[in-house]
Amino acid sequence: MNPHAHALPEVTLPRSFRLLRILVGAGVVMMLWRFLAGLGATTALNDGYPWGLWIAFDVVTGTALACGGYAIAILVYVLNKGEYHPLVRPALVTSALGYTLAGLAIVLDVGRYWNLYKVLYVWRWNLNSVLLEVALCIMAYVVVLWIELSPAFLERWRRSPRRALRWISQKGDPLLQRALIWIIALGILLPTMHQSSLGSLLLIATHKLHPLWHTPLLPLLFLISCIAMGYAVVVFESALSSHLFHRRVEKRMLASLSSVMVGVLLVYLLVRFVDVAVRGQLGAAFRFDGYSVLFLVEVALFLAPALMLLSRRARTRSGSLFRAAMLMMLAGAWYRFDVYLIAFNPGRGWIYFPSVPELVISMSIVALEILGYVAIVRRFPILGGLASATGER
Amino acid sequence: MSQARRRGAFDGSESGRLDRREFVKLCLMAAAAVGLPASAARKMVEAVDHGLKPSVIWLSFQECTGCTESLLRTSHPGLADLILDVISLDYHEALCAAAGEQAEAARRRAMEEHAGKYVCVIEGAIPTKDGGIYCQIGGRTALEIVEETARRAGAIIAIGSCASFGGVPSADPNPTEAKGAPQVLQDRRVVTIPGCPANPYTFLGVVLQFVTFGTLPALDERGRPLFAYRRTIHEDCPRRPHFDAGQFAETFGDEGHRKGYCLYKLGCKGPQTHAPCALKRFGEVGAWPIGVGHPCAGCTESHLAFRVPIHTMVKIEHPTPPSTFPPTTPEHGKVSPVATGIAGLVGGALLGAGFRWARKLDEEESSTEEVPS
Repeated sequence: MNPHAHALPEVTLPRSFRLLRILVGAGVVMMLWRFLAGLGATTALNDGYPWGLWIAFDVVTGTALACGGYAIAILVYVLNKGEYHPLVRPALVTSALGYTLAGLAIVLDVGRYWNLYKVLYVWRWNLNSVLLEVALCIMAYVVVLWIELSPAFLERWRRSPRRALRWISQKGDPLLQRALIWIIALGILLPTMHQSSLGSLLLIATHKLHPLWHTPLLPLLFLISCIAMGYAVVVFESALSSHLFHRRVEKRMLASLSSVMVGVLLVYLLVRFVDVAVRGQLGAAFRFDGYSVLFLVEVALFLAPALMLLSRRARTRSGSLFRAAMLMMLAGAWYRFDVYLIAFNPGRGWIYFPSVPELVISMSIVALEILGYVAIVRRFPILGGLASATGER
Repeated sequence: MSQARRRGAFDGSESGRLDRREFVKLCLMAAAAVGLPASAARKMVEAVDHGLKPSVIWLSFQECTGCTESLLRTSHPGLADLILDVISLDYHEALCAAAGEQAEAARRRAMEEHAGKYVCVIEGAIPTKDGGIYCQIGGRTALEIVEETARRAGAIIAIGSCASFGGVPSADPNPTEAKGAPQVLQDRRVVTIPGCPANPYTFLGVVLQFVTFGTLPALDERGRPLFAYRRTIHEDCPRRPHFDAGQFAETFGDEGHRKGYCLYKLGCKGPQTHAPCALKRFGEVGAWPIGVGHPCAGCTESHLAFRVPIHTMVKIEHPTPPSTFPPTTPEHGKVSPVATGIAGLVGGALLGAGFRWARKLDEEESSTEEVPS
């Protein structure tokens, strides 16, 4: 599928990556503690804020940032823009890792995790539950993502010295070729469903969520912003990995991708503003109290990358691209934190700030994601492109 | 009654009513009610085991039998167990099978057999006007009966408000000049267990302590056992937090009343009424006036019950401070300064690193542009 992609076993990593391993170790210890001692002992969660950092960051923001695979798939397979194909595999790696670890975060966050297997009891499903839809979609999508990514593994295993892996590759490849179109279709359907549902989850919090954020359009806003975040992550990640792995950046591709991102961003901002105006909340937006400032900063964060990338020159410069992508990711995260935690007020006196174990576990999950990405990219043909001129191979 | 019969009362096989386990539980509860240690319960069990069932002579005068009724409603033990196994109720007009001369003979026989040891329980007020002619049994006035029976009793217990201080029969204008047992028997110590009706467990605790140790519990100046009557209802009231928070029912059926606020403004006598109702419901079933939304009537206090109108407010006797002050905004959840510090540092470092990297990319690009590859 992607004849230009290579495994990169020769890449050496900066020393700072050791810190990531330490973080993962600390996170594993904290996770064990959480599973043994329970949520009350390890988190700052309470009855007012039953969802904390693990949901707002690891699940909601994490899966939105893992929408690179989804966003690129829309471009390549729905809009039929085959020229973006080299971006598919790296995007899928981040997506697969992001979603898998979001699943881990859900297991961490569920108080009685030993009951989780009951999600599979079909006869107990409450088909009106948004949460059920999210749970099933995310579970299914994790599987779909790894299957979508599996051609990269099979390609590598075809020349593996181990017979078993060669056999899997031989038998799996034709099966996969037949199934892949359906898998890809699912890979577009499932995120559309649950990324919007992550917004729908908060529809129920009518009076708890500030009116600047609570709107019937929550699902739509979550969906559009997750696509924008998906593109931003692809840009961010290819800028980073080009530097880390000394690959030449596909500048032209990223430039045109960022113009797509600008379009998505502008649509998002339009919907957001019209929604606030139609619901008569513009006054609240410019009251300049805490919530209003929060809202304005959020809008500014969405607007800044759009404005930056409007100029053609900025779109071709990797520094500006990187900056815009970073701001875009920050904007999406900011919006999700607002909806899930900051603009969410369960009543007088309730207060929440993640505890140290929550923070360490969340950071360790990010660290695990980065380490996983590097490990996969080194072993399997994911990244394309030539070695850059500055690379010292 | 033979020793064997008495012993059989506890093995369950003979009487089939109260097995030993149940009985020990009962004694433990009674001991706890009087504030005695568990070892006292063991002694009670032993005492009753050795056939030392207290003989009780129960006199009824101007009363409604409500106190007997409340005793009938006890389930730990049931009344049948109580009068057959725990105490020896030798005379009780409402409950004894005998009637007329037979009953009176039973009373006299018990008085002779257990002289100086029996417990004389008085239920109901005693009329004193015109020589006490307004309440007579077998041709003899209540005054005569009470003096005769009490003279040879080991202990005298006045159960209920009527016997304790006159109760309803003594309410104005008190046509019969009804009085309580302590006023009639001024030279004797009378344990009073006021209440309308009285709490049967307070009664049981006093009786069992007397039988086991031959002593009576510590009493206040009105003869009430301190273990039950030391504190006011107000001090332990389940609605007390509403009082402390200034939340009152203003009229029956208003919002505060429906929400279970304090009943003080509706005339609750709880702040002046010494009784254990707030902790041990007086009727055992768990219901009590304050629990069902009615102010306390102050039935254990001679200066309140049947004298001060039910809806008249009383002064707070012990203006005790509340145990806790409800905060204006209750705090739920904690923020760890370490966590905020870590989050700030990590967030800042990531943002800083991001922008530094962006600048690095800029520099690299300009350097490669100068040397076209």
